[in-house]
Amino acid sequence: MTGAREPLPVPEPPDRPPAWQDARVRAIVFQALALAGVVGVGWFITANTMTNLSKQGIATGFGFLNSTAGFGISMSLIEYAEEHTYLRAFLVGVLNTLLVSSIGVVLATVLGFLLGIMRLSRNWLVAKVAAAYVEVVRNMPLLLQIFFWYFGILRQLPGPRQSVTVLDAFFLNNRGLFSPQPILEPGFVAIPVALVVAVAAVAVLARWARRRRDRTGEQFPTVSVSLALLVGLPLLAAAATGFPLRWEYPVLEGFNYVGGMELIPELVALVVALSTYTAAFIGEIVRAGILGVSQGQTEAGQSLGLTRVRLLRLVIIPQALRIIVPPLTSQYLNLTKNSSLAAAIAYPDLVLIFAGTVLMQTGQAVEIVVITMAVYLTISLLISLFMNWYNHRIALVER
Amino acid sequence: MHRFARALGILVVLIVVGRADAGTLDDVKKKGFVRCGVSQGNPGFSNPDAQGNWTGLDVDVCRALAAAVFGDADKVKYTATSAKERFTALQSGEVDVLSRTTTWTLVRDTALGLNFTGVNYYDGQGFMVPRKLKIKSAKQLNGASVCVAIGTTTELNLADYFRANNMTYKPVVFEKADEVIAAYDSGRCDVFTTDRSSLAAQRTKLKNPDDHMVLPEIISKEPLGPVVRHGDDQWFDLVKWVLYAMLEAEEYGVNSENVDQMKANSKDPVVRRLLGVEGDMGKNLGVGNEWAYTIVKKVGNYAESYERNVGPRTPIKLERGANALWKHGGLQYPMPVR
Repeated sequence: MTGAREPLPVPEPPDRPPAWQDARVRAIVFQALALAGVVGVGWFITANTMTNLSKQGIATGFGFLNSTAGFGISMSLIEYAEEHTYLRAFLVGVLNTLLVSSIGVVLATVLGFLLGIMRLSRNWLVAKVAAAYVEVVRNMPLLLQIFFWYFGILRQLPGPRQSVTVLDAFFLNNRGLFSPQPILEPGFVAIPVALVVAVAAVAVLARWARRRRDRTGEQFPTVSVSLALLVGLPLLAAAATGFPLRWEYPVLEGFNYVGGMELIPELVALVVALSTYTAAFIGEIVRAGILGVSQGQTEAGQSLGLTRVRLLRLVIIPQALRIIVPPLTSQYLNLTKNSSLAAAIAYPDLVLIFAGTVLMQTGQAVEIVVITMAVYLTISLLISLFMNWYNHRIALVER
Repeated sequence: MHRFARALGILVVLIVVGRADAGTLDDVKKKGFVRCGVSQGNPGFSNPDAQGNWTGLDVDVCRALAAAVFGDADKVKYTATSAKERFTALQSGEVDVLSRTTTWTLVRDTALGLNFTGVNYYDGQGFMVPRKLKIKSAKQLNGASVCVAIGTTTELNLADYFRANNMTYKPVVFEKADEVIAAYDSGRCDVFTTDRSSLAAQRTKLKNPDDHMVLPEIISKEPLGPVVRHGDDQWFDLVKWVLYAMLEAEEYGVNSENVDQMKANSKDPVVRRLLGVEGDMGKNLGVGNEWAYTIVKKVGNYAESYERNVGPRTPIKLERGANALWKHGGLQYPMPVR
């Protein structure tokens, strides 16, 4: 066994397999075919629909958005009259939907967090009340709850002539809640400017207070001073300009109250129903998040001498948020889409105005439904975009 | 792989077949019944009773159609449609004819791809208010809350009327007629507005019908009639002439009681042509020559249908008024069946 052996023949690198055996090529081909198939089906459906619509003489296209609307809307955040276009009516609907969704989201979150924390309370009664609320509200259909609030509660309010009157300025009846409206007089602009200045001052103050605490260890009553600034500066500005604010009181004229601000019962019923319903789900999510934080954190916090409130606020909730935020996004999206149930109780949201009245007047069901779905899709995508950014921001940075 | 190919093949065949153009009359004859779009419950026009049988002025049009096509007025299936889905149901082919107190307007006749076959009820829009408000005229309604159904000509006419008279109003808009009347009854709104015939009909659903009154103003024209799709002339002609047959029968004194005797004995050429003794009227329409005879025998003429459903002896209590024959000062003018 001496001597160098013949070097082993180096195996030839294998030839590239033929294209039809190459996994990569196969993958690309099949994906291209699938994509072509989907595009083809989509194109076929669209072309078929367009042909059939034109064959029957049904109008197509988006030109109808410039036609006169001709119908009234009971509540609108922007100027709207019957002479305006369908596009304007569409905008009124979108704004009303956004109004309901945003108020609902805020209320549901506040109530939901309260419920979640209540259910984990050591007080037996508090915990059981929260549990009962969640179990009952979660398990009943939302539409029924909307009907309950609207037909069951708000319908029972008295008529305008027998309104419930508070301080001779607030009137509650089955047409709505009528309250005084502030009329802005010239010089009012000083107040929002003062508010903006106050907000900036609060931000600066918070940073300074934190730095001071890191340096010297002394706490600064940031919250109370910030509140004082936010309220005091605008008040000061108002006083300086001579209180440029008049109040217009609602007055009963003929059938209804005229003047002042009007809050229609449809909006109230919808917001209350949506908030209480979604809050039950959010409460459970919050509870899951808090329970998901390791028990060791609580014990460590207690050993540091933190009170229960401080413990929750500084240690538990920030960590729980990482578990809470993704399902919370889903609940916000649910609430936004559930607001379309407004059509059942005459609240003029996007579905009632656009996919309801405008659809029936113009008959262009295909275009209108596509637009409505696109709007809801956009709102939902924006919400999830924001929540995903927030989630990313509070994520645990693993080493 | 085989299952997938087969499913794809079936899908393609279905799509191709679905696109094939068949006239509605042929489809109806093949199906064996007329699919009729009606309301969700409008007493006097289309209303189901406790056993689920539909009756009404609009229902009678569909029954007459079935009598003309099949010789049997009961070969009809009814699809209850809301004001929202009625046109889509007709456009998509879900129903063959829409007989649902639908107002004949230009936009519906053109942009919606529909054809109105005639007017079986000349109506107008009115207002109903509670008596205790002591209102005498619609011009006193400034600032009122008004309950109205969504997407109807009612909603538009309401806006026009208040605008023309420099009055404001607050609309409360629901989808279903039942919800609208419930909102009005509970006091959510001061005024209920719809076609006067429906005002009379829906009034029967109120808790205390006598506490409410209909104001004298008629603020719009609402010619109501059956509707079919664009692009189907044969079906359009048939529905049109079914309406005229019922009116022509009334004009010449033919009703369900004397139709057999008229058919056997009448010497009047108009009656003989109508009842199929002479001429080929039915064949021209694509149905049997007994078409009008069967209509009058099984459903009655227009007067009988009217009296039975919405006449002064019914709870709806509507006088013939504009719906009388032209000879009696009304607007109903049947075209000659010849």
